Amino acid sequence: MAPFINGIGLISPQQTTNPGVFLPEVMEYAVDFLRAVDPNYKAYINPLAARRMSRLIKMGITSAKIALIDAGMLPSPKGEGSGVGSSPDAIITGTGLGSVEDTEKILTGMNAGEQLMNPTPFIQSTYNTISSQIAITLKCHNYNSTYVHRSFSFESALQDTLLQFAEGAAMTVLVGGIDEMTDNHLQITRRAGHWKMSPVNNLQLLSTRTFGALAGEGAAYFLLGNQSTASTYATLRDVKTIYKLEKPLKLEEAIHDFLSVNNLNVNQLDVVILGYNGDFHFDAVYDQLGSGIFNGTQQVWYKHLCGEYYTSTGFALWLGANILKHQMIPAAVKFNNMPSERLQNILIYNQYRNINHSLLLLSR
Amino acid sequence: MSKRIYITGIGIISAIGNNVAEVLSSLEAGKTGIGEITLFPTLHQGSLPMAEVKLSTAQMLNLTGQEGSEDFTRTTLLGMIAAKEALNSAGIKDVSTLRTGLLSATTVGGMDRSEGFYKKFLEDPAKGRLKDVINHDCGDSTERIAAYLGINYLISTISTACSSSANSIMFGADLIRSGKLDRVIAGGTDSVTKFTLNGFNTLMILDKRGCHPFDEHRAGLTLGEGAAYVVLESEEMVRKEGKQPLAELTGYGNANDAYHQTASSPDGTGAFLAMTKALEMSKLKPYEIDYINVHGTGTENNDLSEGIALERIFDPVPPFSSTKSFTGHTLGAAGAVEAVISILSICQGMIFPNLNWSTPMKELTIEPVTQLLKKRSIRHVLSNSFGFGGNNSTLILSQPPQSV
Repeated sequence: MAPFINGIGLISPQQTTNPGVFLPEVMEYAVDFLRAVDPNYKAYINPLAARRMSRLIKMGITSAKIALIDAGMLPSPKGEGSGVGSSPDAIITGTGLGSVEDTEKILTGMNAGEQLMNPTPFIQSTYNTISSQIAITLKCHNYNSTYVHRSFSFESALQDTLLQFAEGAAMTVLVGGIDEMTDNHLQITRRAGHWKMSPVNNLQLLSTRTFGALAGEGAAYFLLGNQSTASTYATLRDVKTIYKLEKPLKLEEAIHDFLSVNNLNVNQLDVVILGYNGDFHFDAVYDQLGSGIFNGTQQVWYKHLCGEYYTSTGFALWLGANILKHQMIPAAVKFNNMPSERLQNILIYNQYRNINHSLLLLSR
Repeated sequence: MSKRIYITGIGIISAIGNNVAEVLSSLEAGKTGIGEITLFPTLHQGSLPMAEVKLSTAQMLNLTGQEGSEDFTRTTLLGMIAAKEALNSAGIKDVSTLRTGLLSATTVGGMDRSEGFYKKFLEDPAKGRLKDVINHDCGDSTERIAAYLGINYLISTISTACSSSANSIMFGADLIRSGKLDRVIAGGTDSVTKFTLNGFNTLMILDKRGCHPFDEHRAGLTLGEGAAYVVLESEEMVRKEGKQPLAELTGYGNANDAYHQTASSPDGTGAFLAMTKALEMSKLKPYEIDYINVHGTGTENNDLSEGIALERIFDPVPPFSSTKSFTGHTLGAAGAVEAVISILSICQGMIFPNLNWSTPMKELTIEPVTQLLKKRSIRHVLSNSFGFGGNNSTLILSQPPQSV
């Protein structure tokens, strides 16, 4: 049985922290990287505790709490809604890099000499800090894990989530994908050729037709349950990761296989969400699919809104879930224009540098 | 979910040996791997000990046939050596014949190289060799180990601090039980770095004399490095191939202490829950456990919290020891390193001693095994791995049936 997405908390470069509205307007930037809009963390985290936390940890706890409030498991900061107050049966996080800010602080401190270093950044630099800080905040003693594999990080967390449901070990799972960008990390990875060399308008990302992507960041947590509720968005049916394809043709084959395992074919897909990131070289993979297997499908893209980062499929899952819930595709994300009536099945396909490919399937 | 999971191969590299045979002989001889720091220059040389693998990075490049390459961090090389041994030990020649996954755990990834990069980068953002930093993230080590073994069906990386590789073994078992995979190479790898040494030093939990687990006068842990992997296979595959497994994974549990980011709760809640879950899954009664390979880092906090949890569950507490007194605390590799040692305990009928122990802890009534015990029937071993963030995991490894 496919679990239901019953609550979502998303902190992104867009206005997404209010689950009640679905992309009311699109934020336009001309920047080096798309920075997530910080919500008022004090509304979600005790200010005393928040002072010691690095930004990534605050983003993680806050987006997790927004998801739980959205799902009716926690009361809102204003005390609205009852909130049953129960803990999820599992907390699972995917993060490609963990707290980059804390890691850099330690390296900077170490460079200044191996004495008088501050312990706090080291404590927060471990990759599992986000999952465990959420557990501490919720006093949740249940299953807790963290996946840290590039653009498989969030996907692996989702695979584990589906196993928790399949084994009957969980009735609710809080699962998220989170990564941050820092100035230093941007500089280093830009030198490695990952990003565009100058600021770019995010809404015209594809028109530059140049190498390098537009970097971004974000935190997305989802409360999944084995029961549908009044707040249900969609069901998460399946997740697959594909590491290194032998040849490009194998990709279409893998997509057909994935759909057929789920008793679907391409014609039954109402929307496909593609991971176009503005890098001319790697976007060719999506172009091929768009003119091939997805030629007749409504195509949607999203990284012009959130940028490229290891766990960007968290944003894509938020987008897909909202499209199904609201039965509406915002114009800003449409890649082509196909007539659509009822929106039932959505496939998300993303790839990182043509090495890590992933498929997520969700249905109404 | 009644599918049984067997372990058909093991591989290990640590401060007490570069393979299973060497590790076993050090364990039998009571020979620790803890010694002086030699791998990198640091202020702490001479004052803090460490458990280093006795191979230079260049020697490991030769051993894996990667002479002269700059693409491999120490963490990756350790992982390649141990994972390859596990594959060979399971008699697997071609990984592509079955749906085979690789799940690797690490806490530092390529930090041994990126810490050098940062030194130059911080002086001048245009400086530092990119080759030293592009392998920094955790996924890089897993992808290179996968390429070395020829695995591309399903791969992932787990990082839950010191319980990381116990969780990769659990995730691997779940993937097999759900029918997504036929077999998994699961474990973890971590090299020592200046980063981790200084990080732990800021917490003031490194024992200057080398760790003294479960001793009244313990003063902290000793960092170690290493890698270990187990080959997990489904009952169906083991039958089909007519293999005799080394052990069965009969139970596992993951719980969170949800108390403090680095300190364990005074009543050992997380430890208690992880062990209880694993026992429930294995359907074993506490008295059926013949040996416990404790987490036993040697910190004041861990050993007390773990000891209290043991006393809450077991009456009496079965023979137990912390083999971190041999290997040091190998962080992301520790869960798998100790799973391999637990399997050796079952296969050899031995209980390995807890070194550096002399005085019982005043809060506890239990004492670890301090001499090698031989010719014992070890049917079930419980192995604990607890981490920062309260990430606590327990594995139960059992003697496999005579024929599967």
